Amino acid sequence: MKITLEHLTKRFPNRNKKIKEDVIAASDLTFEIPDGKLIGLLGPSGCGKSTTLNLISGLETPTEGRIYFGDNDVTDVPPENRGVGLVFQNYALYPHLTVEDNIAFPLGNLRGKDKLTKEQMHERALEAAKLVQIDTLMERKPNELSGGQQQRVAIARALVKMPSVLLLDEPLSNLDARLRLQTREELSRIQHETGITTIFVTHDQEEAMSISDMIVVMKEGVIHQIGKPQEVYDHPGNLFVAKFLGTPPINVFEGEIRDGKVYIGDEAVLDAPNGSANATPGNTDGASADADSYRKIYVGIRPEGFIPDENGALTVKLNKIEVMGRDTSIVAEHPAFTGTTIRAIVPSEDVEGITGETVRFSLKPKKVHLFDHETEETI
Amino acid sequence: MKQKNYKGWLYLLPAIVFLGVFMVYPLIDVIIYSFEEGYSFVTQKSTGTGLYNFQYVLHDTYFVQALRNTFIIVIITVPVSTGLALLISLALSSVKPLRNAFQTIYFLPYVTNTLAVGLVFMVLFKKTEYTDGMVNLLIHLFGGKTVDFIDGPYWAKMFVMCLYTVWIVLPFKILILTSALASVKEDYYKAARVDGTRPSRIFFKITLPMISPMIFYLVITGFIGAFKAYSDEVALFGTDLNSAGMNTMVGYVYDMLYGNSGGYPSFASAAALILFAVVFTITCINLMVSRNKIHY
Repeated sequence: MKITLEHLTKRFPNRNKKIKEDVIAASDLTFEIPDGKLIGLLGPSGCGKSTTLNLISGLETPTEGRIYFGDNDVTDVPPENRGVGLVFQNYALYPHLTVEDNIAFPLGNLRGKDKLTKEQMHERALEAAKLVQIDTLMERKPNELSGGQQQRVAIARALVKMPSVLLLDEPLSNLDARLRLQTREELSRIQHETGITTIFVTHDQEEAMSISDMIVVMKEGVIHQIGKPQEVYDHPGNLFVAKFLGTPPINVFEGEIRDGKVYIGDEAVLDAPNGSANATPGNTDGASADADSYRKIYVGIRPEGFIPDENGALTVKLNKIEVMGRDTSIVAEHPAFTGTTIRAIVPSEDVEGITGETVRFSLKPKKVHLFDHETEETI
Repeated sequence: MKQKNYKGWLYLLPAIVFLGVFMVYPLIDVIIYSFEEGYSFVTQKSTGTGLYNFQYVLHDTYFVQALRNTFIIVIITVPVSTGLALLISLALSSVKPLRNAFQTIYFLPYVTNTLAVGLVFMVLFKKTEYTDGMVNLLIHLFGGKTVDFIDGPYWAKMFVMCLYTVWIVLPFKILILTSALASVKEDYYKAARVDGTRPSRIFFKITLPMISPMIFYLVITGFIGAFKAYSDEVALFGTDLNSAGMNTMVGYVYDMLYGNSGGYPSFASAAALILFAVVFTITCINLMVSRNKIHY
C-alpha cells in the first residue's frame, strides 16, 4: 500500500503552561512512501519520528494535513480500521497471555462475517509464528522469552491480522548488540517475504542505512532529507544530515572559499566547485569562481576521504594511530576543526610511512562536502 | 561462615524478644487458656483441661448469633465494596477534569474517625422523639413508612451495618485500585486500540488480569478485616451488642473478657481460636482459588 503524507503537522500544547506557544512535533511533512518498501524514519531523540509513526497508525490525529493509504484519505479513520500493524518499542506483550494467545489476540477482535473459529485462529497464529520462527514457543509466557523472542512475538502479533502497513517503533533498541544485527536481517527478510509496506523508527543511523530501501532524516519535526541510504550518505542536503549519518562521524572544519579554492586554515585543499563562492546559489552567470569572491563555509570530510600523502594539501597534528584490523584510524587535531579530534580511516597498508608529529593528507573530492556557514545548507 | 552465625542472631535478638514477649507468648497462652476448664481470674487456678470451653461457646446463642452476623457482614460487604471500588476507580481514571477533587472526596472517609462517622450515621438513620432521621424523611418523600434502623428489625440494622462497613472500607480500596489502574502501561491500551479491541474485551482481557494481584490483595485483606469487625458495630449500636443482636465474633471475645458479662478468659480464648480457624480456612480457600485466577 502506497502511503502519502500531505503537509502533515502535529502540535501539542506546551507542558509548561506559562509558554503559550505549542510544541511542534511534526511540521509540514510531505512525502510519499512507495508500495512494498522498507522505510527508515531516522533522527535524534525528540525529533518527532515516533509522533509521525503514531500519526500514520492513527493513535494521534494530525493538527493539519492529510494521510492517504493508496488513494483513500484515512486522516479521520480510527486506527482499528486503517489496517495497520504496530510494534511497540517495549513490545507491549500481554504478560498474562501465552505466546499463542498474544499473537491471536487481534484475531479475537474480529466480529460478524470475519469472525474466526478457534481452529482458524490457531492456524493463523501458527502461520504468523512460523514466519518469525517462534512456532516452537507457543505455550510460553512473555517473561519466559528472551528479548529477541519477545520482539518476534510482537511482530507476529502485528502481522497476524494481515495489515497493509507495518509500523515499528524503535524495533531494535531493546536488544543487545549481537541480537540487533541478527534481528535487523530478520526484519529485512520478513519484509521481503510479506511485501508489506513497512515503516520503522530509529535513532541509529547504521540500522536505518543497512536495511532500508529509503530513509527519511528528521530533526525537530522537520524532514531534512529523503532518499536511498547511499544517496543520502553521498549527497547530504545539509550539515545536520552529513553529521548524523556515518560512523565515525564526518569531520567538520571551519573553512572558506577564496580565489576559487577551498581553504582550511591557510591551506588550499581543493578547487571550489563552480559558482560555489556566490552566496546566492543559482546565480551562476559569469560570476563563477570570481577572483575576489569570498565565502565562509564548513568543510565536511568523511573519515574515508583522507589519503595519506606526503605532498597532500591538508596538514594535521597527529595524536595517535589506532589499528582496528582491516582498517586503521588516524586520530589527529587541527586548529580549524569544529569538534575535538579528527578521525580518518585509511587502509592499514597506507599507514606504514606515517611517523612524526604531523600527517599530510590529500582528499577524495567526492568525500568532501561543503556547507554554507550561515544556513548550513550544502553548497 | 558457620562460626559467625551467632552474630546474625545477635542482630535479630531485639526483634525476637519483642515478638516472643508480645506475640508468641500470648498466643500460646491463649491456646492454653482455651483448654483450661473452670479457670478463675481470682484464684488463677483451673479445675482441669478439656474441650468444655469450645462446647460452651459453640452452644452459646450469643456466639452463634455473633458468628452469623459476622458471616453476613463478610459475605455482603467484601464483594460489594471491592466491586464498587473497582467501578469508582475506573470512572476516576477515565475522567480528566476534577479528578483530584473527586479523589479527595472519596478518600475522606478513610481519615475520618470511626465514632465521628458513627455520629453521622446516627443523624442519617437514628429515630428519636424529635425526628425520624434523614433517611426516613426520604422514605416518607416516596410514600414509604418509617423504618427504625437502629433499634428496629434485624434486616434494617444489618442494612445500616453493611452500608456503614462498605462506606468505611471503600476509600482504601479506591486508592489501591486507582494506582493499580494507573500502573497498567499505556502501550497495552494503544496496542489493543490499533487491533480494534472492544472496550469490554479490553477490560476483561487486559485491565482485569493486569490488576488482578491488587484485587486479590484487597479481597484477602477485606475478608480478614470484615471478620475482625467490632468497633464499627459499637459506633452504631453502642457497647451492648448482644442485646442489640448485632454482636460480632471479636465483640463476643471482648464481652467474654471485659464486658458486663465478662471475666471468662477461657471462653474468650476458645472463641478467639474459633475465629482464627475460620479466618485461616477462608484465607486458604482464597489462596487456592486465586492460584488459578491470578496472573504472575
